[in-house]
Amino acid sequence: MEFRIETTSKLPIYRQLRNQFREAVARGKLKPEQRLPSVRALSRTLVVNPNTIARVYTELEREGLLHTRPGLGVFVASLKSEFTKKVRKDKFRELLDEFLTDAVHLGLSASEVSDEVSSKAKQFQWQTEK
Amino acid sequence: MDNVITTNKLTKYYGKKCVVNNLDLKVPKGSVYGFLGRNGAGKSTTIKMLMGMIQHDSGSAEIFGEDISNLSPATRANIAYMDENHPLYNWMTVNDALKFTRPFYERWNQELFDQIIDHFELPRKQKLKKLSNGQRAQVSLALGVAPDPELLILDDPTLGLDTVVRRDFLESLIQIIHRQGRTILFSSHVLGDVERVSDRIGILVNGVLRVDCPTDHFKESVCKVVVEFDAAPPGIPDCHSLVNYRTVGRTLELVLVGYDDEQRAPVEALQPLDIEVVQLNLEDAFIEYTRGPKRSLPIFAGEERHEESPHHQGVA
Repeated sequence: MEFRIETTSKLPIYRQLRNQFREAVARGKLKPEQRLPSVRALSRTLVVNPNTIARVYTELEREGLLHTRPGLGVFVASLKSEFTKKVRKDKFRELLDEFLTDAVHLGLSASEVSDEVSSKAKQFQWQTEK
Repeated sequence: MDNVITTNKLTKYYGKKCVVNNLDLKVPKGSVYGFLGRNGAGKSTTIKMLMGMIQHDSGSAEIFGEDISNLSPATRANIAYMDENHPLYNWMTVNDALKFTRPFYERWNQELFDQIIDHFELPRKQKLKKLSNGQRAQVSLALGVAPDPELLILDDPTLGLDTVVRRDFLESLIQIIHRQGRTILFSSHVLGDVERVSDRIGILVNGVLRVDCPTDHFKESVCKVVVEFDAAPPGIPDCHSLVNYRTVGRTLELVLVGYDDEQRAPVEALQPLDIEVVQLNLEDAFIEYTRGPKRSLPIFAGEERHEESPHHQGVA
């Protein structure tokens, strides 16, 4: 996958990379168990301090999105959530409230919103229901 | 934490003007330290004092634990210094400059020198005066890093270079960072470059070090708060982290370091119609921070502490 850095962005570089990584996983551009470039390699291609890349990897690992196998490299973890189904739904509903509020203020109709959502959803990699 | 450079109340006057004022600079071992400030803020003077090219008036400074007024030859050989003007003997060719410089050092990594010269496709038999500014900067870099120094002090190394050459230069810098334990102090006006390569930044404002913290921390703490009223703004809120403000018609723009409940209360007390918090990119944050009319609030942070809210990360 291609990472991009915008130094004109308001987000610090480590956050930009973290967000891009999360999105790539959600869209299925990064597959579970796929190997990621090493800290040094990515630091060279992106022309970014290696400590910044190391920080991104450490944070993603702490969030359970990737794991390091000593001597082998860094790999994308399989998607899993530590939250129970109820907590996940509650969290999602909170996000939904915010999102729908914005949609109302943008002057969209309910059917326009649901059409957009279902067409966008096709671009993402969803987990099978457990 | 080990510091490679430590200055203690380092001070320099030019006539009656204090250009570097009680500077306490600490550059941790293995870090890349972006040294920032507007023209005339005292960056080059500080660097020249560290290199012993300018005598300081008071205070002291140490590099690798040795006083700068008495650095041993071995320690000097361990420091690469690049002047912003890339002074080289112009009548020499690239090869002459190599032959001239090399015997000064006990340690010389010819492979690294060749790598840089070849990577930039520099003509070895060309007189230095015939080279472009960018090429001269690259020769300086090659000569500077070939002795394999543990400390690199670069005074605005990309000054006057075009975008592509600057990127090449940064790439070589990243390669140097990859060599374990190298410490780099560099000054620059190109904030995008600084953000890519620095772990920490220090900002000098009129000779005083006002910011010394991890790069991300600075970017995350400085924000602009746009406050809207139904008439002319009734006054300026008494926020202790206020750096700068301006009034545009019915809106009041505040630049603050960290915007938390404590800062929000005085803003809300003015009973505005709307309050909008705008995060800034590094360049805008730097501009807002350094162009006062009001004296900027200092930002100091030691170790990186991500868990706390930005305001409490050691904002003094």
